[in-house]
Amino acid sequence: MNNLNFSVYNGEFLSLVGPSGCGKSTFIKLTCGLLRPTSGQILLNGDPITEPIKDVGIAFQAPILLEWRSVIENVLLPIEIIEGKVGRHHREHAQKLLTLVGLSGFEDAYPRELSGGMQQRVSICRALVHNPYFLLMDEPFGALDSMTRDRMNKGLLRIWEEAKKTIIFITHNISEAVFLSDRVVVLTARPGTVREIVTIDSPRPRDPAGSDFRNIESHIRDLIGEGTWEW
Amino acid sequence: MKTLVEYQWPTLAVVVALAIWETVVVVFGIHEIILPKPSTILTVMIAERALLIRNMWVTLYEILIGFGLSVVVGIGLAIAIVHSKILEKTLYPLIVAFQNVPRVAIGPLLVIWLGSGISSKSILVLLVCFFPIVVNAATGLADVPQEMLDLLHALRASRRQIFWKVRLPNAFPYILGGMKISITLAVIGAIIGEFIAAEKGLGLIIMVSTASFNTPLVMGSIAVLVIMGGALFALMSFLADVLAPWRKVS
Repeated sequence: MNNLNFSVYNGEFLSLVGPSGCGKSTFIKLTCGLLRPTSGQILLNGDPITEPIKDVGIAFQAPILLEWRSVIENVLLPIEIIEGKVGRHHREHAQKLLTLVGLSGFEDAYPRELSGGMQQRVSICRALVHNPYFLLMDEPFGALDSMTRDRMNKGLLRIWEEAKKTIIFITHNISEAVFLSDRVVVLTARPGTVREIVTIDSPRPRDPAGSDFRNIESHIRDLIGEGTWEW
Repeated sequence: MKTLVEYQWPTLAVVVALAIWETVVVVFGIHEIILPKPSTILTVMIAERALLIRNMWVTLYEILIGFGLSVVVGIGLAIAIVHSKILEKTLYPLIVAFQNVPRVAIGPLLVIWLGSGISSKSILVLLVCFFPIVVNAATGLADVPQEMLDLLHALRASRRQIFWKVRLPNAFPYILGGMKISITLAVIGAIIGEFIAAEKGLGLIIMVSTASFNTPLVMGSIAVLVIMGGALFALMSFLADVLAPWRKVS
């Protein structure tokens, strides 16, 4: 990656779109503090990141839940790691998050009893439970069918509005990025650089069939198309 | 777990096989030393039940001690291998190479070192059993998705936290799968050890009965072994279902 120069504003929903090879997994590791940049800095609230942040919530493409733990024990994992023990208020907070994503009543269920979409919702709760500065989401709905994906996108917007968290959302799906985001950072590959940052002012919920939506979508598609593609 | 009803067909098959066996021996007039009737075997087993049960406990004892040791040693080695690159590069090839030595050929050596009592058999069982456990445990401890490790590192989890909260529970189904394999090997190890030299045990009974051409007792001892081995395997499977219900590793 080269010359990655942009800011993320507090409370915004920012998407990153780009072709394969644009370095998104490197980006994730850099943003969490798992890797150090070879040149330049990453600043969090003005201070450079030199070690793993801890106050970040991550959701991956696969839910990656611990199969031997119940839903609520999975959600509470970050609290166990950071605080060492789980208090009653933590448990109540986890319960509230589960209710927010529509999984109340499933606290004691096990991952193998849930569908892919439900497991992914648990993983989002886990990403929020320790009250992180921001959420990092790496194609969290990529493995779901398109109907579930649409529902999850709408659900995610609800969570975002309730929890008021900054979200950095990585996706290959341009329509999803336009549906969800305040701004879309368009990346190119080899080296991964910022091609353009598209600001989307339209109020939500947005209509994917509307002409504004389609114009923005094709604009982004053109930008990406100008880079090198790979099957 | 299979319901009792599902056992009806194999049971029927066994009963039919026994009936055919009985008939064949009678019809062809086969001598008792070559192939006894099932009814004769049963009679001898009942007559010698004290002897069989006494020696069964000895063999069982050797199996359980050796197996228990192999679980401890196996998991311990696996933890060492997963946590240290140096140990991984030195120990693992040695363990694999050792697997190629026919462990039962070491049996006589163990008798020289430990005598013909229970310990030589237990150690032989240990040597025979620990490999599947090491391999399965090491695989299970290491088989954590990279994303989970990234998540844990981002949260600044310590190595100890990662081990106890993620690696070890993750390894459970693998370890139990290894234990299922090992328990069957354990029975073989104990019996061969007893063939080599023993003061007590079912293997000894088999050797002594063979020497005195007491084929019904030989086959009776084998029957007890089969039942014992089957029960151990069933117990292991049950344990696996109870302790690690979330995943089946065969």
